[in-house]
Amino acid sequence: MNIVVCIKQVPDTNEIKINPVTHTLMREGVPAIMNPDDKGGLELALRLKEANGGRITVISMGPMQAELVLREALAMGADRAILLTDRAFAGADTLATSNALAGALRCLEWDVIIAGRQAIDGDTAQVPPEIAEHLGIPQVTYVTGASFDDGIWKVRRETEDCYEDLEVEGKCLLSVLSSAFKPRYMNVSGIVEAYDREIEIWNAGKIDVDPQKLGLNGSPTKVKEAFAKSLKSAGKCYEVGPEEGVELIVKALAEKHII
Amino acid sequence: MDFEFDRTHKLFLQMVRAFAENEVKPLAAEVDEKELFPEETIRKMAGLGLMGIPVPKQYGGSGGDHLMYITAVEELSKACATTGVILSSHTSLCIAPIMENGNEEQKMKYVPKLASGEWLGAFALTEPNAGTDASAQQTKAVETNGGWILNGNKIFITNTGKANVYIVFAMTDKSLGNKGISAFIVENTFPGFSCGKLEEKMGIRGSATGELIFRDCMVPKENLLGKVGEGFKIAMNTLDGGRIGIAAQALGIAEGAMDETVKYTKERKQFGRSISKFQNTQFQLADMETRICASRYLVYAASWKKMQGMPYSSDAAMAKLYAAETAMDMTTKAVQFHGGYGYTREYPVERMMRDAKITEIYEGTSEVQKMVIASKLFK
Repeated sequence: MNIVVCIKQVPDTNEIKINPVTHTLMREGVPAIMNPDDKGGLELALRLKEANGGRITVISMGPMQAELVLREALAMGADRAILLTDRAFAGADTLATSNALAGALRCLEWDVIIAGRQAIDGDTAQVPPEIAEHLGIPQVTYVTGASFDDGIWKVRRETEDCYEDLEVEGKCLLSVLSSAFKPRYMNVSGIVEAYDREIEIWNAGKIDVDPQKLGLNGSPTKVKEAFAKSLKSAGKCYEVGPEEGVELIVKALAEKHII
Repeated sequence: MDFEFDRTHKLFLQMVRAFAENEVKPLAAEVDEKELFPEETIRKMAGLGLMGIPVPKQYGGSGGDHLMYITAVEELSKACATTGVILSSHTSLCIAPIMENGNEEQKMKYVPKLASGEWLGAFALTEPNAGTDASAQQTKAVETNGGWILNGNKIFITNTGKANVYIVFAMTDKSLGNKGISAFIVENTFPGFSCGKLEEKMGIRGSATGELIFRDCMVPKENLLGKVGEGFKIAMNTLDGGRIGIAAQALGIAEGAMDETVKYTKERKQFGRSISKFQNTQFQLADMETRICASRYLVYAASWKKMQGMPYSSDAAMAKLYAAETAMDMTTKAVQFHGGYGYTREYPVERMMRDAKITEIYEGTSEVQKMVIASKLFK
């Protein structure tokens, strides 16, 4: 089984601060980490490989320093690593990013593509579904479990109020929740070898995609302004019993047309 | 001269720090309180290749280096000093003497099992009447057909009862003094070998420290480590290496206590402000941070010299002396900064203070380290 896992390097948002004047993210000195949902995706891939055999390729689009998360993936057990890096990719929104990744995926052999649900810096959750659409393959999002038997994927996805058990035939894309797949640690011999192994560097010329769909040119999204969320109104405090409390809450929600 | 970890060491540090924080730290209080040997943690460490970090791959190890191993002891000890010493004894005191003194057959027989963590290792030198004066060995080994018969007792042995392999020192010729001591690789299944009582200790309480009893214990001829009469030299060289491990343990304990103290003094308010705002707090912790940093450089430098194949005996002694005293001082101050809370088991600093004390005692007391350092001065 050939598995491709899409991985993004993100700033550790637990450590990030907002510039109080410009309201933009202060990325200086913030450690860059493997996006947690993607790490969960890699863990699923490693479990699938243990169960079915096969080969795991990890792929990331980003600047050269994004190789660090690919080294980490190799030390966790991935077999091959590809970094898509080119000035032509710069300024990409989710559409241009998914076009670049789909372009690379067209040049690879795979049976399944695994991605994290969303990245902790952008939180859009758009890239995995877009990749599936570009490639014309079925997708399952919010995956919390997956197994493969006789050409059929049995996949569990989690929604807000229930689980859905699905079956998918053939090639597909799974976007996973990190909470379902506690990632393993890198192992020591993997770490020792990580920097002796090759990270394949692919530029825009190497992938199968219309160049107009890449980078800033291929990005219809324009960020007009970024600002810190402000509270609209102060909350109210009531010291009442539970029954009266429920009445107050229901009334307040009804007034705001929430219920 | 480079004071930065290289990229491989940084990746290693990222892993071992996360492992210590997530898997080791949450168990530390219980390991201490119930004197629990952390079997499950050791199994997890084995799975990650942490039980054979500096062992070459052809012997089943992870192919890392000594500095990685030292960093692992440091980071584990920051969370739990018990876990740190189990790894240190196993690696420095059992795997290292086999790797450094064993013949190819011995290395192939024992090292892969130890490095994979399938087996745990230990080192047995100390006796009731042979502590700092290690040459006063009373355990005897008598040569017979096909092997050696060992008789005697060893005490205060780390990993007692948990280890499968012990490096044991015994007198093969008393008339030769130091040069009459030999080293043996003893498996826990050899007839005549047994474990005695476990000590109830002040600190590192999850580590199994106890007595080994040899009653006509049969050791095959091929389990003599090095040559007859080389035991004392093997023991001293092994302890030189082991001291860097204990220095790393002490460093980790001091760092752990510092982290706790910084956190607590920021949170704790007295007289209307955080106690971290008081100059007494700042000056004392500035002094301690300076000493911790000095310890770290001494420990890493000793490890670096060992990796370069340079003489490092005195460097290891200085690292252990300084890091151990720093750990004791830092943890004592940590309890003081925590006040009444620090004296309770609600906070980890009293455990750290109890754990720190042993680093001034085992693998050569602070006084022994001074003897080693001074002997180089007056050579």
